[in-house]
Formats: sequence, C-alpha cells, structure tokens
Amino acid sequence: MHEGGNELMESLVSRAGLWFVALLLAIFMFANAVDTGFAIHMAVFGLAALAGLVISLTKSNYKVLATSGAPPPDQSRYDDDLVRSGVILTTFWGCVGFLVGLYIALQLAFPALNLGLEYTTFGRLRPLHTSAVIFAFGGTALITTSFYIVQRTCRARLALPGLARFVFWGYQLFIVLAATGYLLGVTQSKEYAEPEWYVDLWLTLVWVAYLAVFVLTIMKRKEPHIYVANWFFLSFIITVALLHLVNNATVPVSLFGSKSYPVWAGVQGALVQWWYGHNAVGFFLTAGFLAMMYYFVPKQAERPVYSYRLSILHFWSLIFLYIWAGPHHLHYTALPDWAQTLGMVFSVMLWMPSWGGMINGLMTLNGAWDKVRTDPIIRMMVLSLAFYGMSTFEGPMMSIKSVNSLSHYTDWTIGHVHSGALGWNGMITFAALYYLTPRLWNRTRMYSQRMINWHFWLATLGIVFYASAMWVTGIMEGLMWREYGADGYLVNSFAETVAAKFPMYLLRAFGGVLYLSGALIMAFNVWQTIAGNLRQEQPLRQAAYDPNADRPLVAAPAE
Amino acid sequence: MSGHSTYETLRHFADSWGLAAMVVTFLVLGLWPFRPGAREDNEAAANMIFKGDDNGE
Repeated sequence: MHEGGNELMESLVSRAGLWFVALLLAIFMFANAVDTGFAIHMAVFGLAALAGLVISLTKSNYKVLATSGAPPPDQSRYDDDLVRSGVILTTFWGCVGFLVGLYIALQLAFPALNLGLEYTTFGRLRPLHTSAVIFAFGGTALITTSFYIVQRTCRARLALPGLARFVFWGYQLFIVLAATGYLLGVTQSKEYAEPEWYVDLWLTLVWVAYLAVFVLTIMKRKEPHIYVANWFFLSFIITVALLHLVNNATVPVSLFGSKSYPVWAGVQGALVQWWYGHNAVGFFLTAGFLAMMYYFVPKQAERPVYSYRLSILHFWSLIFLYIWAGPHHLHYTALPDWAQTLGMVFSVMLWMPSWGGMINGLMTLNGAWDKVRTDPIIRMMVLSLAFYGMSTFEGPMMSIKSVNSLSHYTDWTIGHVHSGALGWNGMITFAALYYLTPRLWNRTRMYSQRMINWHFWLATLGIVFYASAMWVTGIMEGLMWREYGADGYLVNSFAETVAAKFPMYLLRAFGGVLYLSGALIMAFNVWQTIAGNLRQEQPLRQAAYDPNADRPLVAAPAE
Repeated sequence: MSGHSTYETLRHFADSWGLAAMVVTFLVLGLWPFRPGAREDNEAAANMIFKGDDNGE
C-alpha cells in the first residue's frame, strides 16, 4: 500500500468511526428520552448516522485504496453532483410547501379541515408551511445556487467536497427534524425559529461547515476579484449564523428532552426575536436571493449587470441598514418608544437601496428588452424584480407607526409577506431552476418553453389573487377592529370580523391553487428535461409565413 | 461600574463616536467603487461571469 492509500484508509476509518460514535450517541439519547418527540427525533438522528456509516463504508473503493490511492478529483471540472440533487429537492420542497400553504388557507375558510386531530391543526401546520417554503424550498435553493455560482465566479472546483456533502445532506436532515417536530408539537414558539435546542445545535454545526466550504472555495479562486454575488452569499451565511446563535440561546429543561426556555425574557426576548425575524427576511430572503439575481439575470440576459458599482453600494447599504429594522415589528408594545422609532426610520431608509437594486436588475435588460417577449425565463426575472420593488416599497410604508396601527395583526401583513415570497423569492428561484436544469443535465433547452410560459402566468395570476384579497381583507378587518360607536364601545366583535373575511379567504385559496398548479407544471417540466425529452412545440414567437402567398403574381385569365 | 452607568456609557458612545465611525465606514465602503479610475475594474468585474462559459465540460 502506498502512502496516499494509507492516508485515505486512515481518513475512511476515522470518518466511519465518527458516524459510529454519532449512532451510539443517538441510541443513548433515544433510550433515555423523557418525551416522545425527543425519542422520535433521536431515532431520526440515529437513522441518519446509520446511513452515513453505510455510505462511508460501501462507497469507498477498496481495490483502488489498496493499490495506489484513489485518483484526486479532476480540478478542471466543476463539482455539480450536489447542485443536481439540489435542483430536484428545491422543486420537491416547493411543491410540498405550496401544498401545505393551500391546505392551511382552506383551513381558515373551512375550520372542519383541522380534522379534529392535534397533528393537523392550523397551529401546527402553519409553521410547517412557513418553514417548508422558507427553509426547505428557499434554503435548499440558496445552498444549491451558492455552490453553483461560487464555483463559476471563482473558476475553481468546490473546496472540501466531503464537508460540502455533509452541509447539503445535513441541512436536509434539519428540514426533516423541523417538519416532524412541528407536527409532534415540538416547538419553542418563536416565529421562523421554531425548532428546539438540539435541532438548533445541529443547524449550527451544518452552518459552520457551510461557511468553511464557501470561504475556502473563494480562497482558491482563479479570478482576482470576488464577484458581487459572492458578497451577498457570504453576508447571508455569516449573518444567519449570528442571528441563529443569539436568538436560539436557550436552556434545555433536560438533556434528554425537547423542551427549553429562552435566556431572554419579556420585551428583551421580543426584541431579540424580531431582530432575528426581520434579519431572516433581510439576509436569508433578500441578500441570498439577490446573490442569485446578480448572477442569473445577467447570464440569462447575456449582458453584464447595468452598474457594477451600484451593486456594491446596494450591498453595503443593505448590510448597514437592515440590521436595525427589526423593532418595527413591535410598534405600540412595551418596547421603548425610541427603539420603535429607530426601527421605523431605518425601515424607511431601506426603501432607497432596495429600489437601487431593483433598478440595477431591471436596467440590465437595457438593449435587450425584446427578450421579455420571447424568453419566459427573462419574463419571470422581470416580474421577480418588480415584486422585489413592490414589497420593498410596501414594507417601509407599513413600518410607519400610523400605517402600522391599521395594518398590524391584520391579513395585510400576510399579503405583504406573500407578495415578497411568492413574487420575489419564488419567481427568481423558478427562473434559476429553469436556467440550471438544461445546463446540469446537458440538454439543449428545457423540455417545454411553453410550459414555462404557463407557469409564469399561473404564478402571476395566483399572486394577484392572493395579494389583492389580503389587501382588501386586511384593511377591512383593521378598520372593523378600530371602529367604535358614539358611547365608546367597539362596534364589531372579533367573530364578526372573521365572518366578514370569508369571501376573501376563498379568493386567496384560489390564488394558491393557481400558484401551486404552476409549480406542478414546473416539476413536470424539470422531470421531463432530466429524462432527456424535448417537447415538439411551436416556438414562442416567429414572424408570420404563408407559403401559399409566397409566389409571384401572375395575371389571371379572364373568365 | 454600576449597571446604570454602563448603560449610560454605552449609549453615549453609541450615539456619538460609534455612530460617527459607522457612518464613515459605510460611506467609504459604499463610495469606494465610485472613485475616479475604478471604471475599468468595475467593467472587468461585471463581465467576469461571461468568461469560460463551458459549464466545466
């Protein structure tokens, strides 16, 4: 056995040993578990460790190991295995998340759909929906595209391939633990940070590994400059790590149980939660997706970004402003007034860089606007940027205290979140998936361009139904709540406002049906593309041609 | 130092030197690519994503 083989054998043994220790630990925790949710989760951990052990033992080629050592990965090729898995999983989680969203929208209209079971109540399915779309669909899309983009823009193969696989599949394990936890009632009841302490620890481990893979890939880059998309990805990774650690500082009741209590209490706890919550929007749903925008929009338009220096200004403005905006979630609460005003002012200031970024993205199409007519992927990107602009205008407006006194706690907030999530995050992710799929599987194009067009219109109409229904119902309930009669009593009971919202709930659910159908069409399109099929279809646009009229004019003989 | 005066010290630092330092840092970082002579670097950076577009094949 050569020296290289020796080293490989050692790393194989130590890797398998690590999985074995993890398996034993999971069994030990499972055996001592004090509640069912924790026991089930330790069983899931154990199964994952077993899978890791089996894979690390069977996938190694012992014959190669015994002779000269496995050949090192070809550094002249990009490492796209994870990106391929990520495209499939992003599509899958999107469909799951939208489906659960549609179901809970129908639950609000028809409470019988709670089914009388604790596992299927709105209270448990709602975090399942929000986490499925934000962390499963959005998070997988971010990890996937970041692995693709960082390699292309650094012109270097992904660093630490083994750790990158741990990041990718470890994150999927986090999703499974979070999702099953919600159904079982394991939650620390913090919005967008529901998973309990041991799942948080797992995510911390995965996230630190993610940072290592990303930074080391940047360090081995062959390009002198770090492209702006990587700045956005890096800020997303670092800030999410910081937010996650501070907001999830909790003390578990038992090391063998799922329940924990937060370190921060009262209004401090509320402020930490919304500092986290709003920066999850700012750095997960904005910075990360802007990284996708700054790469995929120029690539699909085949034009460089309109202004590179504006993109840098956009970056630093978001970094310096977003972090202060959280207190606008706590207007008219026990939070000190100056802190509320601070949150409001910074939110209003955020409008400026957000629109700078939107304009930068849209103007990238300058000189190529005809592509909006002929390329449905570009059309999706344009709509995505338009919704980025719209929701970053609506958000600052809603953070103004007097507007917030009407909008807060109403469905207007839900409408605002969804115009950002469905419009901006959803559309740019769909566009990225359509961009990536043919490239990753070596196809000339997607299976069907026309289906992308169908997806575009179904999704757009779905958002329009969703957002307009929520505007109407949100403002209506806000006005009904504050209406009082001549003698000072409130005119409407809470149940009356709920009853008044019924028609708008149906319209919202209809919007959800449209948006979900669009995603299902995309799933079919992606599947067919991977299978290697090309749909025979008319191109989206071609000049009219009539072969019968294409002949010289001759004088007709008289009758 | 009592808890109260720690708070006072920190908040006075935050609304004076701390604030000034952050504003200056922000302005320098944000305006850096706008400096004269950066045009070529910006153009090269913006066009870098179109180099070697062979998907690593």
